[in-house]
Amino acid sequence: MSFIKKLKPDFWDYHDIAADPHKRLFNFRRMWELTVFLTAGVALIPLITLAVVDYHVTQRAVASENLLRTARLVSNIRRSVSYFFEERRAVLKFLAHHYTFAALNERGTLERLLKDLNESFGGFTDLGLIDSYGYQKGYAGPFDLLGVNYSLQDWYREVCKKGIYISDVFLGFRHAPHMVIAVKRSLPNGSFYVLRATIDTMKFQGILSGLEMAGKGDAFIINRQGILQTPSIYHGRALQKLSLPVPEYAPKTRVFETNGANDVPIIIGYRYIDDTPFILMVIKQKQRLMKAWRETRIELLIFLCISILVISGVVIWVATYLVNRIFIADQKRIATLHQVEYSNKMASIGRLAAGVAHEVNNPLAIINEKAGLIKDLFVFKKEYAGDEKLLGLIDAILASVKRAGTITKRLLSFSRHSEVRIQHIDLKELLQEVLGFFEKEAEYRSIDISIDVAPDTPLIESDRSKLQEIFLNLANNACFAMEDGGHLNIRVAPEGLKKVKVTVSDEGCGIAKQDLGRVFEPFFSTKTKQGGTGLGLSLTANFVRELGGEITVDSELGKGTTFTVILPVAMERKEGNNT
Amino acid sequence: MRVLLIDDEEELVSTLAERLSFRGIDADWTTSGKDALEKLATTSYDIAVLDIKMPRIGGIELKRMISRQYPHMKFIFMTGHGSEEDFRTGSEEAGAEYYLVKPVDIEELTQKLKQIMSQQGGLQ
Repeated sequence: MSFIKKLKPDFWDYHDIAADPHKRLFNFRRMWELTVFLTAGVALIPLITLAVVDYHVTQRAVASENLLRTARLVSNIRRSVSYFFEERRAVLKFLAHHYTFAALNERGTLERLLKDLNESFGGFTDLGLIDSYGYQKGYAGPFDLLGVNYSLQDWYREVCKKGIYISDVFLGFRHAPHMVIAVKRSLPNGSFYVLRATIDTMKFQGILSGLEMAGKGDAFIINRQGILQTPSIYHGRALQKLSLPVPEYAPKTRVFETNGANDVPIIIGYRYIDDTPFILMVIKQKQRLMKAWRETRIELLIFLCISILVISGVVIWVATYLVNRIFIADQKRIATLHQVEYSNKMASIGRLAAGVAHEVNNPLAIINEKAGLIKDLFVFKKEYAGDEKLLGLIDAILASVKRAGTITKRLLSFSRHSEVRIQHIDLKELLQEVLGFFEKEAEYRSIDISIDVAPDTPLIESDRSKLQEIFLNLANNACFAMEDGGHLNIRVAPEGLKKVKVTVSDEGCGIAKQDLGRVFEPFFSTKTKQGGTGLGLSLTANFVRELGGEITVDSELGKGTTFTVILPVAMERKEGNNT
Repeated sequence: MRVLLIDDEEELVSTLAERLSFRGIDADWTTSGKDALEKLATTSYDIAVLDIKMPRIGGIELKRMISRQYPHMKFIFMTGHGSEEDFRTGSEEAGAEYYLVKPVDIEELTQKLKQIMSQQGGLQ
């Protein structure tokens, strides 16, 4: 918490209780908030919008690119697979048309053809010749299948009907996956025969397994019942049922997105291979395909976050700095305003005092002269002389007039000057004059006032009225702080050759340690309830500074306070400032 | 050696003149600049003691007018107004021999007048 307190700028919780509402022009906190939010908003909103738009656009682009690529891949594989079937079907068709039934049925022909086929194409397991009644008339291969009747079997019926048949894949006797391709040759006399080959699908699988695909890609073939015809890397072995539903028929390549096992998003591309029971499937994992894109996005996101942090930091720093500057300027402005107000007030009081003094002075002068004349009569005229009592009375009148005259003179000398007017000043005389104002109060409250001036104290160059103001304020504060019967001591001594030190010490209530640093701040007051404005000491400090001096305070709660004013012996003369 | 006292307060100026006469100084008095100039036209004076602040013709202006006609005359200013400081500067500028702040100390005034007179006597 204390760390946050330290970070908080001065203006944050500033409440100027002394200032009138119209004097404070700015709400600094609001100004700060407005600046921060506006600047940050203008800087960050486009940045964030851009980042979000970029994220979605590139994501969509990459996703559609993935779909397109998958579609292309499916088309390419489809071409190879179709070509595989087309080739084998074509060669069987060629054999059926090239040889007559008799020629094929000749002993050794089928064996020779099987050998040739395996040499040129490979993968042919056996070759059979079936007549129109469904009997196996000729056979070349590892099994003894001569004379077997196929007429009731589905594949024979289909080949009779369609002229061609391609079977699903099945496990042969050696547990190797096989498939059958059969072609029918119709003869002009209405009869026909069928040439049937069993093909090892290993080579066919090679086409699919040889593919290298990104994104955990998997290419395989299923039949229309969803049984895997070739082994899949991730979706089961051959002849197992595929866990995904069989995609609906479409005459062309189709690609779509769906969720696979464990709800993992996948891209499926498929194609129904014409004239076969097969469906070519390519399945890719979407997450894998998006990986590169996602990695770039994460890097950009990190960059974005850092940018946002840096921009926010700079905005907050700049706003705090500027508002703080304005705050300080405003503080100074208000302090100056108050000082001017105070000076004006003091000037008015000065004028008033001077007016009063003058008005009182004239009758006083008349009393003085009349009493003087009476005294003269007693002294100079023989007929009035010798009455000691009357003479004593006249002396008493004259003494009172003198006293009243001193007061009016003092008041007159207090009529103020606004600008600094430098004169040679005897501090002792000045202090006595100032303390003269407290004589009566000190007497009533039995406050003991003493002035010790070191004999080697030089005359100083300074402004009389400002000095009066300074010591009047300090003495006033001291008297206020003290109980009746206290002791106020003012000591003056040279401080080096160029300075004079004046200490004003009281035995008053003292100032709390936490307040000590603030006593010279404007509007800081502990006696607001007793009518203090909190301006006295701040103005005093200002005057001391104006005179080129410095003021410090030292205090102990309950024991008393000492203000130390150090004044230069000679004032620095500003240009155009004559004494 | 004659002294002319000029102040708008008749009570003050007449008493002052009387008190000065007890001390051996022959003093006349008037209460305005106009009367003073009239008196000067008929009688010769050596020193004028005048108040700075008077209605119509002020002390400093009156001093200038008298100085022009009677350059041998000396002046002492009195005032009940303004700070001693201002007064001192003002009277020095106007060319007064001395200045006094009201209420005037009669002994001080007597001493000053005698001092000026002895200087003039010495010169003569």
